[in-house]
Amino acid sequence: MSAVTVDRPAVPARSTTHAPIPMGRIIGVELRKMFDTRSGFWMLASIGIASLLATAAVIAFAPDREQTYATFATAIGFPMAVILPMIAVLSVTSEWSQRSGLTTFTLVPHRGRIVLAKGIGAVAVGVVSMLLAMGIGAIGNIVGTAISGVDTVWNTSVPDLGYIVLANVLGLLVGFMLGVLLRSSAGAIVAYFVFSFVLPTISGLLATGQQWYADLRPWVDFNYAQSTLFNGPPTGEQWANLGVASAIWLVAPLLVGLWLLMRSEVK
Amino acid sequence: MITLDALTRKYGSFTAVDGVTFTARPGRVTGFLGPNGAGKSTTLRVLVGLTAPTSGSATVLGRRYAELPNPGREVGVLLDASAQHAGRTGREILTVAQRTMGLPSSRVEEMLHRVGLTDAEAGRRVRNYSLGMRQRLGIATALIGDPQVLALDEPANGLDPAGIRWMRDLLRDFADAGGTVLLSSHLLHEIEVIADDLVVIGHGRIVAQGTKSDLLQAAGTLVRSAAHHELARALGGAGIAWSPGSAGALHVEAAPTVVGEVALAAGVALSELRHADGAGLEEMFLELTAETQRDETQPDETQSDESRREGAAA
Repeated sequence: MSAVTVDRPAVPARSTTHAPIPMGRIIGVELRKMFDTRSGFWMLASIGIASLLATAAVIAFAPDREQTYATFATAIGFPMAVILPMIAVLSVTSEWSQRSGLTTFTLVPHRGRIVLAKGIGAVAVGVVSMLLAMGIGAIGNIVGTAISGVDTVWNTSVPDLGYIVLANVLGLLVGFMLGVLLRSSAGAIVAYFVFSFVLPTISGLLATGQQWYADLRPWVDFNYAQSTLFNGPPTGEQWANLGVASAIWLVAPLLVGLWLLMRSEVK
Repeated sequence: MITLDALTRKYGSFTAVDGVTFTARPGRVTGFLGPNGAGKSTTLRVLVGLTAPTSGSATVLGRRYAELPNPGREVGVLLDASAQHAGRTGREILTVAQRTMGLPSSRVEEMLHRVGLTDAEAGRRVRNYSLGMRQRLGIATALIGDPQVLALDEPANGLDPAGIRWMRDLLRDFADAGGTVLLSSHLLHEIEVIADDLVVIGHGRIVAQGTKSDLLQAAGTLVRSAAHHELARALGGAGIAWSPGSAGALHVEAAPTVVGEVALAAGVALSELRHADGAGLEEMFLELTAETQRDETQPDETQSDESRREGAAA
């Protein structure tokens, strides 16, 4: 009995070696992915819009003697502290919530590289956004004081601005950490608001009632330690506080999240 | 070339993929066939490293998938056409793939054209895409890196008949040009028309594999004759097993050529002689499906009695 198999002639496989994907390209792609969706676009736009609105509000409502650069910088800082972490959260969680990770982690089968690229991209976005916001604040300070006819006051030094940028990058990294840890957009966003608005309140109440906690608080309350960055150069001890609080609330959960993310199944 | 060797994936006590071993060869379309939940998708996810195997190995072009320096240039993968960010446009999704792989940007328009997505469709967000359009976009993403291997999970789902025909031709051309195609489906007939090789999986295990022609041949021959009694006697005399089919047909466990020769020697005129067209394969596939299926397929009396008794006992 003869087999009716029609064997196709064996075609020799093409032997081409492809260059590995460079890290810079992955970062570029991940940056693009943060803003190429409708929600991403509005996140980006809201950085500019919120900065302009905050600046306009200071010009319109702040008393003349408070029209200083510090006031502008603070006003713009508030929306930034919310928007930047959201960008970081969504850049990670959308791979799971939107399931685009099936393609992402197939094209680059090294999850660590993708997550690192997302982290670098998010920090870059954070720094650039803060510089942009500070620029808008500076213009607001010049325009606002001109309108009110008062002297333009530059009462925030460049190092102080640097601390504010650092504080916002830390906030952004908290969003990033929660994204990595929870891998769900809704979960990570809710967790971020609990982390930055509910926890500090509880911590504050506890510190009022319990002296032992009031002493311990700078070391274990991340938001408390982070807030010192907004009030001029931190002391050596405050840096140590920030380091310990970051290790507890940022580094440790990020490592756990990374460990889980590397082992999880992408479906 | 895709090689799976004793690939196993367990979830606790449940074994989703159980010692799966097969090779998808260049120049051929390998159909990976099994009912829903048989382990096809898990196998493909393990192949590309999205799921870790419990044991066993999977290689593409002789290497583990994760070792490929730029996987998209060597393996086109489509696991789930709906797994895309709904807020991205089709063109943007292709652009992201093009940039990741480091391809010239002209590839994006080429691919849109190749899969038949119009300019206007490419500019729409994927949330507004039909499943068929998503499949086309997924195929474009798989093909954009000009790979030698394709691994596609149910790519014909949601395509209209013209789309299915288009997909079939595309995969045929890809294999004829020397490419390796691994194509999963839960539809026997869909796979039958395109595949050269078949791998049938059920409950995580391979239950049959081989070339399509071999598997179809194993299904035997259907022969019809006005003088079927004589024919049956002649077949019996030649030591060939047969069983009565419907309307005077005989189902013979031999190739059509052999049956034809027997008939000629016996001087019996035939009115029909053909392969029993995967009847055996379909039977096996239905058996596999039946255990997991909610709707009874042609419940026969004894069987449903039995299952009722089993149900009562449980």
